[in-house]
Amino acid sequence: MPEVTLDEVRHVAELARMALSDEELERVRRELNRIMDYFAELQQLDTEGIGDTSHAIPMTDVYRQDEIGDSLPAAKIVQNAPDSIENFFRVPTFMEEE
Amino acid sequence: MELHEMTAWELAGYLHTGEVSAEQTVQACYDRIDAVEDNVRAFLTLTPEMAFDRARQIDELRASGEQLPATAGIPIAQKDLLCTDGVPTTCGSKILENFVPPYNATVIQRCRDAGMIMIGKTNLDEFAMGSSTENSAFQITGNPWDLNCVPGGSSGGSAAAVAAGEATTALGSDTGGSIRQPASLCGLVGVKPTYGRVSRYGLIAYASSLDQIGPLCKDVRDAALLMNVISGRDPMDATSADIPVPDFTGTLHTDIKGRKGGIAHELLYGEGIDPAVRETIEQAVEQLSCLGVEFEDVAMPHAEYSLPCYYIIAPAECSSNLARYDGVRYGHRTDEPATDIYDLFAKSRAEAFGPEVRLRIIKGTYVLSAGYYDAYYLKALKVRTLIKSDFDKAFEDYDFLICPTSPTVAFKIGEKADDPLAMKLADICTIPVNLAGIPALSVPCGFVDGLPVGMQLMGAPFSEDTLLQVAYAYEQSTDWHKQRPGL
Repeated sequence: MPEVTLDEVRHVAELARMALSDEELERVRRELNRIMDYFAELQQLDTEGIGDTSHAIPMTDVYRQDEIGDSLPAAKIVQNAPDSIENFFRVPTFMEEE
Repeated sequence: MELHEMTAWELAGYLHTGEVSAEQTVQACYDRIDAVEDNVRAFLTLTPEMAFDRARQIDELRASGEQLPATAGIPIAQKDLLCTDGVPTTCGSKILENFVPPYNATVIQRCRDAGMIMIGKTNLDEFAMGSSTENSAFQITGNPWDLNCVPGGSSGGSAAAVAAGEATTALGSDTGGSIRQPASLCGLVGVKPTYGRVSRYGLIAYASSLDQIGPLCKDVRDAALLMNVISGRDPMDATSADIPVPDFTGTLHTDIKGRKGGIAHELLYGEGIDPAVRETIEQAVEQLSCLGVEFEDVAMPHAEYSLPCYYIIAPAECSSNLARYDGVRYGHRTDEPATDIYDLFAKSRAEAFGPEVRLRIIKGTYVLSAGYYDAYYLKALKVRTLIKSDFDKAFEDYDFLICPTSPTVAFKIGEKADDPLAMKLADICTIPVNLAGIPALSVPCGFVDGLPVGMQLMGAPFSEDTLLQVAYAYEQSTDWHKQRPGL
């Protein structure tokens, strides 16, 4: 099985929105190769014609009346924000300069 | 016997007759915490003010002649990934260090409605990712049986708190063994209910198709009592099952003579099971046979694939669930200058998630990324079907299956921290259960080197009542559950 490359790890870290140091990228690369070992183990099994189980207990769609209920108070939610103004979440301004 | 040593049902009896007040039960917990918590370190937050207020309220209601639930006045510790209105809920992570939920998880509300009194929030592996509670961003918890050993994990704080007598009972969550394994390592009864038996609303998600909430208790009767409180359909969780909940305490005394038990061969005789633990389980099988259970060996040919299967599925679900931590609406935000909004996300996340969580998010992102989804994730879901079919087949012939909960007794703090593979092997007996969605419990069945051993009973979906009956009959014929650590 081909080894996971550092460039692939960098790409995945970007997808995961995770700023990793070079040192950690290397640690993660080694660990990802372990996933390849897992994969190799699973490959031994013939799963031709076997369905996939995303949830182990069979369930069907659950319906409910579309009724208006109470909402959580906005002020209480915004209290947890790192930065807010009135009942809005505030983020730094990012403007591209011409 | 002192109040902090009593089981919930023993306390309930004294509370009911008025011999003990709720305020006294709460006081007994905090006195015990004063005495041992410096060494055990089970709690991340204590809530004495709320607890005493609630206790006095319950005492007043009782004095006024109000009919109260059997559990009214029983102290409980809650794992710190269950949302508690107005009380910090950290998930053992720096990213949620200052998070104060605006609502209660359904189980928290149900415990409250049943008159149970929250003592505090307990330590855990960050986002429940671990088997020793050493992955907590805040502290290391000790096993009350030997403070140099881990209490297991991820619900290690809940297990340690109950074993140490700091709380009468506790709730935890179980994604790959996180209730049963710490229960086993701390000499407690721990139940992982059927997927859907208990609402997950307000449980901070790790792997949504595997997570379930359940109790950690001093004995089987307490576990049944707690199951009565937390089980049942909840409109706030569409995956909670609309299936009648039996009276778990009322059916506890059912005779188990003639029940059919299967010995899960690969999970008892497979690689990695400590011979002394195996012997203890064999003795428990003998004891159950004396009680009239008929045993046979059952082959679980796909059980050995559970670990690779789990370590693809769980990170995949984790990477999706933990995408919500972006430093915008709640949680840690970086102080470093960011070049754009994605940079803000990436820096905030990398700073505040611990190494194990970062790793699982990356792994999950990898197995779900374009080109790998079919090969890794879909393959794992198919293998999951095969693992589940082993159980389906077994439950056509057997009322329950038996194996160890943990392949070893509690290990030393730090012993496996640098050996991820050894750490993951801690869950070999418990992980198949989560993949299959079935219920299982751990019940104390002996000691090896002075440390508790637990046996795992596994059943068909929604057969918690059967498992509790078997566990209760066994427990009543032994006195393992009456042992308390000499802290």
